[in-house]
Amino acid sequence: MSSTPKQHLPVRGGDRKPARVRPYSLTGGRTRFGHVLLVETFVASTAALDAPEERRELTNGSLSTRVMPELRAIVELCRRMRTVAEIAALLKMPLGVVRVLLSDLADQGKIRVYGTGTGHGTGRPDRALLERVLSGLRRL
Amino acid sequence: MHAWETDRTRAPIATKIVVAGGFGVGKTTLVTAVSEITPLQTEALMTEASEATDDLTATPGKTTTTVAMDFGRLTLDDDLVLYLFGTPGQQRFWFMWDDIVRGAIGAVVLADTRRLKDCFPVLDYFESSGLPYVVAVNHFDGSELFEPEDVREALTIPKHIPVMIMDARRRISVIETLLALVGHALDETPE
Ligand SMILES: Nc1nc2c(ncn2[C@@H]2O[C@H](COP(=O)(O)OP(=O)(O)OP(=O)(O)O)[C@@H](O)[C@H]2O)c(=O)[nH]1
Ligand SMILES: [Mg+2]
Repeated sequence: MSSTPKQHLPVRGGDRKPARVRPYSLTGGRTRFGHVLLVETFVASTAALDAPEERRELTNGSLSTRVMPELRAIVELCRRMRTVAEIAALLKMPLGVVRVLLSDLADQGKIRVYGTGTGHGTGRPDRALLERVLSGLRRL
Repeated sequence: MHAWETDRTRAPIATKIVVAGGFGVGKTTLVTAVSEITPLQTEALMTEASEATDDLTATPGKTTTTVAMDFGRLTLDDDLVLYLFGTPGQQRFWFMWDDIVRGAIGAVVLADTRRLKDCFPVLDYFESSGLPYVVAVNHFDGSELFEPEDVREALTIPKHIPVMIMDARRRISVIETLLALVGHALDETPE
């Protein structure tokens, strides 16, 4: 046990008024049909692998896919399992924009949104998951 | 490439840890040290309150700005993937954090003893949000080496929260830090 800090580490709470902090919010980030789109949420295209009609449909498709090549790019990326954050990074699009587009695609049934480790996606990971993460990290 | 990446019939369980701290404290270094992929960077577009005000409800002038956030990945099992999100620690980006920390296991708060004040707002945030966190002092070569208890005292960190001295460049050190956080999160989670 040490007595007093050596040198002079500044002490938190010393000279300031407490910062105003927003409560941990659990709203937003949901699609119209209740899909939760967290940064780590996995999504994948619903089209069959190597389906040629997917391309045709997406090129000649609805107004929204024609005016939004981003939607096509997202579906193309989603031929593999992707997270929301990964799509934003690879397409160099802001997270918020990607969420909106993904939510449209999910509502149209073009992509499937998977659940995350928090079950319904709003709470905290449960003990079973934390235990699994612990043993996974120990194995590294 | 892992099998889960191409299997679209089922998704692995995705979980995440947030790495937060002041400017240049070593967040990207930490994520890079353990990630199995080259860390990716994404930008969150946000409305920023002008002036250094903490009050987000009263914002006379608002400007739109982008904040970079980087993330890495660790496949821990066939069906279990851990993401690490490095996020900026400035107070005015809190509203982005609300979104990023949602559903997270917890946070690693990185600190540099030469600029300890930089992590004060980050700590305030996690304390009030109730998200489990550990304090990790990223020790830079040539800077004075403090004892964890000295740092705990200066930061007024309660006894049950781990405070550790580590090196964000070393994989082993980062894994130990993550283990401490997940262990702590487990302690904080009711049976
Ligand atoms: N000597 C030493 N240098 C480090 C260590 N960690 C990070 N650095 C260096 O410090 C600089 C900043 O590290 P980053 O990992 O980019 O920090 P960051 O928190 O991501 O920075 P921002 O994203 O700009 O806020 C880089 O040049 C790193 O190489 C460390 O443990 N020891
Ligand atoms: Mg960085």
